Amino acid sequence: MACPLLAASTLSTWVIVVAFIAAALLIGLMLVSAIFSVWLERKVAGRIQDRLGPTRVGGKFGWLQTLADGVKLLAKEDFIPAVADQMLFRVGPYIALVGSFMGFLALPFGVGVVAMEMNIAVFFMLAAMSSEVFGIILIGYGSGSKWSLFGGMREAAQMVSYEIPMALCVIVPVIVAGTMNLHTIALQQTGGIWNWYIFHDPFTFAAFWTYFTCAMASCKRAPFDLAEAESELVAGFHTEYSGFRWLVIFMAEYGSMVAVSGIANVMFLGGWSLGIPVELAESLKFDFLSFTAFGRDLNLGLILGNVINVVVFIFKCWFLVFIMMWVRWTLPRLRIDQVMMTCLKYLVPIACVLLVGVSLWQLLLPAAVATILSWVIFGLSMAGLAWFAWTLKTFASAKPGDAMAGMWRMTDVPGYQGAKQPT
Amino acid sequence: MEAFLFYLIAGVTGLCAIATVVTQNIVRSATWLLFTLAGVSAIFFLLGADVVGATQLMVYVGGTLVLVVFGVMLTAQGPFITMKTSSAEWAVSATVGLILLAVLAMGIFTLGPTRLSRPDVPSPSAADKDNHPRLAQIREGLAKKALAEEKLISETKQTANLNSQPGSAPASAVIGEALLGVPAGPPHIEGVGATARPVRATYLLPFEIVSVHLLVVLIGAAYLARAKRRRGASS
Repeated sequence: MACPLLAASTLSTWVIVVAFIAAALLIGLMLVSAIFSVWLERKVAGRIQDRLGPTRVGGKFGWLQTLADGVKLLAKEDFIPAVADQMLFRVGPYIALVGSFMGFLALPFGVGVVAMEMNIAVFFMLAAMSSEVFGIILIGYGSGSKWSLFGGMREAAQMVSYEIPMALCVIVPVIVAGTMNLHTIALQQTGGIWNWYIFHDPFTFAAFWTYFTCAMASCKRAPFDLAEAESELVAGFHTEYSGFRWLVIFMAEYGSMVAVSGIANVMFLGGWSLGIPVELAESLKFDFLSFTAFGRDLNLGLILGNVINVVVFIFKCWFLVFIMMWVRWTLPRLRIDQVMMTCLKYLVPIACVLLVGVSLWQLLLPAAVATILSWVIFGLSMAGLAWFAWTLKTFASAKPGDAMAGMWRMTDVPGYQGAKQPT
Repeated sequence: MEAFLFYLIAGVTGLCAIATVVTQNIVRSATWLLFTLAGVSAIFFLLGADVVGATQLMVYVGGTLVLVVFGVMLTAQGPFITMKTSSAEWAVSATVGLILLAVLAMGIFTLGPTRLSRPDVPSPSAADKDNHPRLAQIREGLAKKALAEEKLISETKQTANLNSQPGSAPASAVIGEALLGVPAGPPHIEGVGATARPVRATYLLPFEIVSVHLLVVLIGAAYLARAKRRRGASS
């Protein structure tokens, strides 16, 4: 445990208690994230499709819709098909969930707020989350259904290929940081949004987008959700599932979405950094807030700052999850050959180029030039962001005319003479 | 606490290893194999060998995945294949397993104490920690899978010993050179009395054996997965 409040505890019973608390907190975070994300997904999908999404359960915004869904799922019969491989069918969802959960162990949420600080945290997270696929394959194979088997196979092919560019993109900021310790990498980026590694050089900037694309694919999110593909495979690998096991599969999926967003956040977007050149936990550590408890010196301001850090981190992760939803409900699903082509023909070469590029950048470029260029990148991306925000702005004065917004107008068709007036 | 966790994980790993061998359904067997390998990586994490543990997880989970997908699903003729093992095969594999067990046990019990009493091992606690899994697992008398774990763990122990030598080259470089047959790392005393001489360990022979083994596996896989030519179909 590297938690600053309880660090260096030599009593093994305390270690156990702390380990259980950390595990409970992480599971709680994962489940709350899943509940929140499902609700958000419904709302986002609704808004993008020009409808409202859930509005009734739990007040105006349908806050409790997910809980209602959960109760419904718990009340459902846990059905196992007669032809399914009983053991694999039962064990698959839990392997997926464990794989998705293990990634959280190495994720730092604030200064010292990490369940298991490792020197190779990035590697560990990728390794742990790669075991989620195995659960999916078992689900697909064990269901004894052709839909599921196809879904599982697609998932296997997709994961085996997308792991490569994903890992290569993760190495890019690792080269810049000089460490694989996520906690250290996040600490290096504190103090101002321009310190974030996404703005470090053009290669890390491109690596972020490449990584995020691969991460979406590795979470089976549209446009890469070939494993589910409702239009062809009913529900893909989880066709035969209902009730609690289906719930577990979904927990795993949303958990891994938050986990890959967490990696993206720590590696590129400064972790818990708020983007202002102030270290919250340290600057709130006023002397008058100090007190002593459990035989050690604590500081209320320090704790408050850490809590804010954790909240910032979680909300940044949720924002990345929101972007995944945005993409999912905007882009159509790719075909399986297009998915493979995207990875093998484009993402892998791009990732290789980025890797070589960032190595050369670190080795050859004089520090002054690098700093100037990184400021240029920062300015350009800020300008781009501002332009993007401007295009999103809707004008109150732009009222729709007589036709509905987005409707195909016949007056645009060449040669159209106008509707015949009824005589 | 660590001892309790170790015995728990080692026991579960051992049971999974036995299940891997005993299970007849091939995909279930692969699943048990996955659990076994995950258990071994848990032992590595328990020993504080994070890199080895994570590598074990990544390489072997991916490897088992490929095994299941390409080795089983694509070569199978029907759904849910089961393997029928004849008693002769059981006898042969049990003999091979027991011989391996005997060789490893002999190796550990004859070499182990002398290695541990080497003067250049400064931290006996770390050595004990590494010694733990080997003895415990020998007691359990696991089958072939567990024996492979033994080998890995004893290799880790050697790594730890090399690491603990102050002022030496990075352990990975030492191991890498040793794998190529270049004597590196701290010497240990071999023999007694007048014939005693310092010897540096090289791993060229084990490395080559593993390579040949991999080649055999490759040929076997190609043989199993080849397109079966029906007899008389061409004539």
